[in-house]
Amino acid sequence: MGLNFTIKDTEEESRLIRLRIYSAVVIIILIVMVLVARLFYLQVIRHDHFITLSQSNRVKVLPIAPIRGLIFSRDNVLLADNQPSFSLELIPEQIDSLDKTIGQLSRLIDIDEDSVNRFKKLRREKRRFESIPLKFNLSEDEVARFSVERHKIPGAKVIARPYRHYPEKSTLVHALGYVARIDEKDLQKIVESNYLGTTHIGKLGVEKAYEDILHGHVGHQQVEVNAQGRIIRVLERTPPEPGKNIYLTLDLSLQTVALSLMQGRKGSIVAMNPDNGDILALVSSPAYDPNPFVNGIDSKSYKVLLSSRDTPLINRALSGKYPPGSTIKPFLAIAALMFGVRDVDEKTWCKGWYTLKGQDHRYRDWKKGGHGHVDLNYAIMQSCDVYFYTLAHDLGITRLNQALTNFGFGFKTGIDIGGESTGLVPSIDWKRSALNQPWYPGETLIAGIGQGYVLTTPLQLVTATAALANHGKRVLPRLVYKISDPISGESTLLPVATPEYVAGYKQEHWNFVIQAMEDVMHGAKGTARRSGANAAYRIAGKTGTAQLFGIGQDEKYEKDEVPEHLRDHALFIAFAPARQPKIALAIVVENGGGGSSTAAPIGRKLLDHYLLDESGNLK
Amino acid sequence: MKPFEQQSLSKRLHLDVPLCFGLLVLCGLGLMVLYSAGGEDLGIIIRQATRMGVAFVFMFLVAQLPPAVIERWSLWLFIAGIATLVTVLWVGHVGKGAQRWLDLGFFRFQPSELMKLSVPMVVAWYLANKTLPPNIGNIIIVGLMIIIPVALIAKQPDLGTSLLVATAGLSVLFIAGIRWKIILIFGALCSMCAPILWYFMHDYQKRRVLTLFNPEQDPLGAGYHIIQSMIAVGSGGIYGKGWLNGTQSHLEFLPERSTDFIFAVYCEEFGLMGVLLLLCIYLFIIARGLYIAANAQQTYGKLLAAALTLTFFVYIFVNMGMVIGQLPVVGVPLPLISHGGTSMVTLMVAFGILMSIHTHRRILSS
Repeated sequence: MGLNFTIKDTEEESRLIRLRIYSAVVIIILIVMVLVARLFYLQVIRHDHFITLSQSNRVKVLPIAPIRGLIFSRDNVLLADNQPSFSLELIPEQIDSLDKTIGQLSRLIDIDEDSVNRFKKLRREKRRFESIPLKFNLSEDEVARFSVERHKIPGAKVIARPYRHYPEKSTLVHALGYVARIDEKDLQKIVESNYLGTTHIGKLGVEKAYEDILHGHVGHQQVEVNAQGRIIRVLERTPPEPGKNIYLTLDLSLQTVALSLMQGRKGSIVAMNPDNGDILALVSSPAYDPNPFVNGIDSKSYKVLLSSRDTPLINRALSGKYPPGSTIKPFLAIAALMFGVRDVDEKTWCKGWYTLKGQDHRYRDWKKGGHGHVDLNYAIMQSCDVYFYTLAHDLGITRLNQALTNFGFGFKTGIDIGGESTGLVPSIDWKRSALNQPWYPGETLIAGIGQGYVLTTPLQLVTATAALANHGKRVLPRLVYKISDPISGESTLLPVATPEYVAGYKQEHWNFVIQAMEDVMHGAKGTARRSGANAAYRIAGKTGTAQLFGIGQDEKYEKDEVPEHLRDHALFIAFAPARQPKIALAIVVENGGGGSSTAAPIGRKLLDHYLLDESGNLK
Repeated sequence: MKPFEQQSLSKRLHLDVPLCFGLLVLCGLGLMVLYSAGGEDLGIIIRQATRMGVAFVFMFLVAQLPPAVIERWSLWLFIAGIATLVTVLWVGHVGKGAQRWLDLGFFRFQPSELMKLSVPMVVAWYLANKTLPPNIGNIIIVGLMIIIPVALIAKQPDLGTSLLVATAGLSVLFIAGIRWKIILIFGALCSMCAPILWYFMHDYQKRRVLTLFNPEQDPLGAGYHIIQSMIAVGSGGIYGKGWLNGTQSHLEFLPERSTDFIFAVYCEEFGLMGVLLLLCIYLFIIARGLYIAANAQQTYGKLLAAALTLTFFVYIFVNMGMVIGQLPVVGVPLPLISHGGTSMVTLMVAFGILMSIHTHRRILSS
């Protein structure tokens, strides 16, 4: 038996591997030769053929942006349309020296530094053969001057594109919002393929909230282009689906009057149809013109808007937080009846101030001498503070909180555009978690007259007022009621949201409080009797004056001695006709002084405008 | 052994200077082409350069390992690779779709990339201790080592990668001196099996092969890639249209222009002269790789170095052949030029192994 094993012959194996590497080299060289031969065939022998193909290879698919839907007011006035506007655009690829070209152009057209900077930023993001806008909204003179010189400036052209235009300028900006150029943040929210040809997107208000409906769907076309990428002819076209038109609930004529009544004042007016939540007017004053925002407002004008002490950019109607003052009293009165804390004819002695047991701090009434013996009707009509101090004290903060949240205070109303504040209805728990402090009984008292921590937005105030007018039916406010298809002309009415009901209140409670609010306007002692006088219909209303400035225990409030921005806010809520309400409204005039002297007269004018025809009769 | 001080810096760092030089030139050229192909986007260039940097770090780290360590790891790496391939296939089956990734939470790992290295490693490890040329029994065992991972990868389905893995394994067999007779018989068998393979191919794969023979048949569908790519290459001519001036790529007619078809952009803008230059750089790297293989001291090193170099060449050949219409469209990137990261790391690790083999040689005193 022999040993059967092999010894590795390293020398022999190395020789074998070396040979194989040589064979590999030969194979590699052969394959490379085949590759080079093929490349030589394509690039040298058939070069003419392929260069012809490459030059005629010009079929591209381009997106076509849909036309944005139009926006109309309830009374069919066009509020947002698409107007052709001329813009100056440059194609970087065809320009030798950008500075020289801009120099040439600025002799014809006024080009500011912002535009140049924006252009340079865009140029970095786009491809060299793409056309990039340098200046928007050229005047006809500028277009004419450019056309004459055009042949001397290669790579520059004037293009007419439809841009969003708001003919009513500042009148509706806080409801309507505006569109502006798509930015990085927008790109994360949209389906990019649908926005391929689109340059603008809704940024605020209805334009933003209804973006999906207004935008439409992108189309595309197959086009033949020349070597520079210019379109020679269209081969095939799939048209875009235009955006739908939408109709606002806003009544343009009421809106215009409301804004003009707020001229020179800061504040907000919101009017609503209490039956279905349609917002009839939504004013935040001062307002601003949205048109410059569409193609990028210049930084100087923007800074002016941004730094203005009157903060025109803030939507006071939705996000302004105000102490409601005495306008809160009807809501607390009805809660006191429901909880059985007060009877309608139970009387409270008002001597001009109120003190908590064991304390000597005086919670003062607005009327220095006091109101004497006061029942609930008289307390609302005369807005007696002492009555409501005791009422709030008897309710306690927990029931007071419940009474207000029942009407939607402290929560977003859920209106169909963004930007709402929640406001604030304080509670013991809230104070502990937010401020880490216990609740003091004195704070319940001032909450009872709508001061202290209680904060509300004008929209919340009008929604709650509408619920009062409706005997507890709480409607969801909305700004859009109809959508129509521009092609078929078919309209769809948006369904009214199912209302909620403020539960537990008896019919006699509603009637009593509404009667008291009528007495505010029409009673002999009503705080707003001057604004209610000679009305062709019954108004239910309540005035409010919200203090911003603490006055010492024995001082007197002297209007002229208080700086303007600390003067009282004037408030007014109302609905009319009182027994078949067609309109509810809330008015806040910042630093406007007394509710009855400043806000109520504005309210009366609006109610007259909405409810009466030209000869002064009820419509 | 020479005194420590006399060893050159490159030797102490275990880097091979000619190979590093070739790779760096290639990377530089790659970034330039990518700048044009990617629509002149600096962001892409920065990201690609970062990937290159990471890949170079991997190469450097692998070069520090002595070849003996790599040899010892070969089998275990192979087993781990097979295990992850099975896992990925199973996860993919559960997820109902093509699955090539294993998501490890902090990063995604593609086991088929690992197989590009571990298959030639395990085959070289197995054959290094047997007599060469390998006998029939060993050839069959090696055949199984290759077929199992290739079948698993083809099932993903990733035909391009599975072919490259097979090539890597077969290259080792070739270098190990498998007899020409067997190669011829194997070739004949393969061509006879082609109809059976055809039967098992996916529809899109069949279409790609058919398109190769007659691209004009379907100019807007499957043939579109090849036609547009050949127009780009052909219109480049001898000197090219110039950097950033390729109309085919810049007017966006060329699909996949920054990844698999980047060679078409290169041909269009730099012409035949540019292509010859690129081939020279590639051939220089390949020549250096084969030189390292021929001068390796251990059989394992010889086999692995040569096989990895040949695989590198197959990458180039398959990609270029696809772009100029000689091979069907398979997703194989052009090494160090195409945009993308995974295959670049694998490639640079392979070069790290080459450097390890070359720089860890013992200097024998004569």
